[in-house]
Amino acid sequence: MLNTVFLPELALMVMVLVLFFMTLGKFRTGTIQLVSLALTALTLAAAIASYGAKGSLFFDAYQVDTLSQLFKIVIVSGLFLIYGLGRGLTGIDSRLHAEYNMFLGISALGLVMLSSAVELLTLLLCLEISSYALYVVIPFRSGQGRMHVEAGIKYVLFGAAATGLTLYGMSYLFGLAHTTYLGELAQVMPALVATQPLAILASVLVLTCFFYKLALFPMHFWTPDVYQGSANETASFVATLPKVGAVLLLLRLVAVAGADITQLTWVLASIAVLSMTLGNLTALVQTDLKRLLAYSSIAHAGYVMLGILSVDELGMAAAVFYVIGYLLMNLGCFYVIYNIAPEGQNVTFDDLKGLSRRSPLLALTLLVSAFGMAGIPPTIGFIGKFMIFTGAIHKGFYALVILAVINAAVAAFYYLKLARAAYTAADDDQEPIALPLTTQAMGLFFILAIILVGALPQSFLAAAREAVAVLL
Amino acid sequence: MEKYLILNTLSYPVLSLLLLVPLIGAVVAMFLRGDTLIKYWSLAVTLVTAVISLPLWTCFDKTTAKYQFVELRHWFPSLNLDYVVGVDGISVLLVLLTTFIMPLCVLCSWTYIQTRMKEFMIVTLLMETAMIGVFVSLNTVLFYIFWEGMLVPMYLIIAIWGGARKDYASIKFFLYTFAGSIFLLVSIIALFIKTGTFFIPELMEHQYGFAFQLWVFLACALGFAIKMPMFPFHTWLPAAHVQAPTAGSVILASILLKMGGYGFLRFCLPMAPAATLYCMPYLIILSLISIIVGGYLALGQTDIKKLIAYSSVGHMGFVTLGIFLLNDAGIKGAMLQMINHGVTTGALFILIGLIYERTHSREIADNNKLGMFMPIYVTFLGIFSLSSLAFPGTNSFVGEFLVLFGAFEKYPLVGAAAIPGAILAAAYMLRLLQKMVWDDSDGHAHHHDEGHGHGDSHGHGGDHGHALKDCNAREILQLAFLTIFVFWIGLHPTPLLEMMDSSIAHLTQQVEAGSLLPEAAHPGHHHALLNQAGAWVKSLVSF
Repeated sequence: MLNTVFLPELALMVMVLVLFFMTLGKFRTGTIQLVSLALTALTLAAAIASYGAKGSLFFDAYQVDTLSQLFKIVIVSGLFLIYGLGRGLTGIDSRLHAEYNMFLGISALGLVMLSSAVELLTLLLCLEISSYALYVVIPFRSGQGRMHVEAGIKYVLFGAAATGLTLYGMSYLFGLAHTTYLGELAQVMPALVATQPLAILASVLVLTCFFYKLALFPMHFWTPDVYQGSANETASFVATLPKVGAVLLLLRLVAVAGADITQLTWVLASIAVLSMTLGNLTALVQTDLKRLLAYSSIAHAGYVMLGILSVDELGMAAAVFYVIGYLLMNLGCFYVIYNIAPEGQNVTFDDLKGLSRRSPLLALTLLVSAFGMAGIPPTIGFIGKFMIFTGAIHKGFYALVILAVINAAVAAFYYLKLARAAYTAADDDQEPIALPLTTQAMGLFFILAIILVGALPQSFLAAAREAVAVLL
Repeated sequence: MEKYLILNTLSYPVLSLLLLVPLIGAVVAMFLRGDTLIKYWSLAVTLVTAVISLPLWTCFDKTTAKYQFVELRHWFPSLNLDYVVGVDGISVLLVLLTTFIMPLCVLCSWTYIQTRMKEFMIVTLLMETAMIGVFVSLNTVLFYIFWEGMLVPMYLIIAIWGGARKDYASIKFFLYTFAGSIFLLVSIIALFIKTGTFFIPELMEHQYGFAFQLWVFLACALGFAIKMPMFPFHTWLPAAHVQAPTAGSVILASILLKMGGYGFLRFCLPMAPAATLYCMPYLIILSLISIIVGGYLALGQTDIKKLIAYSSVGHMGFVTLGIFLLNDAGIKGAMLQMINHGVTTGALFILIGLIYERTHSREIADNNKLGMFMPIYVTFLGIFSLSSLAFPGTNSFVGEFLVLFGAFEKYPLVGAAAIPGAILAAAYMLRLLQKMVWDDSDGHAHHHDEGHGHGDSHGHGGDHGHALKDCNAREILQLAFLTIFVFWIGLHPTPLLEMMDSSIAHLTQQVEAGSLLPEAAHPGHHHALLNQAGAWVKSLVSF
């Protein structure tokens, strides 16, 4: 029993251990990557095998349900794609490759465990496992000045502050409800949120840490600098997996506060709208691609929040679907960034010029990802936005949807700029980019996944609905 | 559902094939090599699509307003979302227009497009699928997917193969239309939440409250008015037209602009009849402004393409005018005018592309005296210019006549206000024709001293006269094909009008029935507003 329920975690731990022993010896990057990929694939198989498993562990602090298992699959697949994407780990000091992969593995392990945490302290512990690994990894960058040091410090400081606030909020919550179990909190919280202003304050404080992970306003300040300062492969991790985990926890925690529209809903709604607006408007003027993606991620976090705060099956399933789509499209962009920067440098709009000549595949991947993030049908991004809007209108949030829609129109501009840059001719002849077969296959995978899941979303949406049914 | 539909009785799924053939054609084109092969392949694909669409004309049942050739498959059952396509008298002609214009778009790009032929053809074929999809979708989400999906290939056509200011034009085009249509998405979702269905015929049957109708109407109308384009949302059009390659301009003018009108007829009128009635005076005024402003602006252009672009704004003003007269003659005229504009303006853009390939200039001043060197070209130019200004005997005359007839029938003042638009059309088209075919005798004195005039910044007809070749067989074929339609519709429009008869009668019935909603009746409001508007338009014209 214990084995099937805890299988993905065990598999990940094995991977981390193997990588740890690899740090002790000297291995070529290719070997390290191959081992990482193989063991992640194994973990993915374990996660898929344990999909549908139900149970609870560790004195009910750890709950295995459809929701957690779905997110475990998503996180492990994301890890697989990230390992695959950073083929040669060109941005990282070559002596640290094994350590690098190990820490990414630990961070993913923390997130996988976070998916199942249903008790406040367990939850915090899992979150910290994930964060600490990242604190170490962000300054791993070679040959690109000192930006990575700044990025590392910013990430730590903001992370520590957010964790502190979350803990502070938890103490209030415990004082009010006398329990740290989400299941028990869910029984008393709706009444408390409706009557006690302190309960709203406590809830928002507890959520702070996840705002930070998801890069939601007002905990978004670290995002652009960390994206820009960290290596391209690290940024692709920071931009995706912790956000997936944060969305899951936000779903769990917001659901605890109940489905009624309260003042908490309006706090979250204003955060969502501010996040979208600020992210989109600032993204308009960026020239560094990673900074642009950072601001765009702040905006996307706002959309996800719109789904989360509706606390009904439709909206929450939409948020789950949206974040999966976001993961794919964002990794698509990072895949392009990684491959046009052979020395791991940052990529600007100027570097994109002539991309369609240098590598049609990369240009097309960027085009599809950008249009997907803009929400143009028939991509996964469109269905995500469509579901989010449907959920919000269903709940009666017309004003929010209008604001979101205006934001989507603003955002279209910079996504378009991205696509256009890839298809403008360069001033001078640049060398074509040669991609190995596996990398080409990966680009094709991103293109097909973004379009096909958008055209045939039924089974994915059904899975998302089944998953969030646990919360209601 | 049977009360709205007649399932496809042909032996093959005609509408799905229309969607699939260009799509598969585009996928296959990815694996082809060699520009010539790709050109012939694309031509074959578009021709096959046109042939497949022929049964829509021959087997169409004119006696019913139901949707025909319908195919229905479950697609997204948890949201009650089906793949359902079909055509009625309103959409069938637009589908046929699309399938017949597309081979011409391939032909007119034959030598015009000089870089990345393969990508161009792929994008053009994707465009065809998306455009046909918009006209045949009977499901709002499907409609929206094609509607937005269309933006991407069109954007690429302008952004990659466009002229000098393609960046500006393509972004402006994309943002305008995207901003408009995303509100359409909101109203699609709001309609779904209200009724639990995305199925268009069912949505038309529902009775909505007046306030809800008004919001839905405004959100949809914004999207369609931008696409149309209607004053004051028209500024993207000249930019997009001037920068787009010939095929892009033809697609824009002939088909994309029709989607605005189609959207009004498919969404606004039947789903929000009370709101339509309420907003009618405003939209009629905007239409009149479009007609007059479009005409005035066209009069002042020196760039041929810009001139035609602004003339489109005026022509589309007639279309919206016809639609919002809400009577039989008006809507029929509007529909016919959409087809006519597709034929005539499409041809004019082909003509411009053709001369641009020879002289590399779109300035009227650089393209004069053509009558001396290109007799076939100027013959076609004459025919289509006359058609554009609605000369009796040509297609546009019938459409414009019907719209004006509808206007005089309902509001004589509105009809009178639209007349100057028709006169302006004659003024700018004849001026264009005169300057391009013959020489202009006023204001270009330097033509007379040709001995010294060489190397002038103004290249003129006389200079490159010997290099100008008249139309070749390929070009004559395209233009002759469209000429047939100019005279056929001009002299014998009955078959076309019969096709749309039942559907338009049904539509006007729907609007009448829906407008019986108690809150919608504001007769006093209408009269006061129209009188006011009449006075305003009068002062505008006299100015």
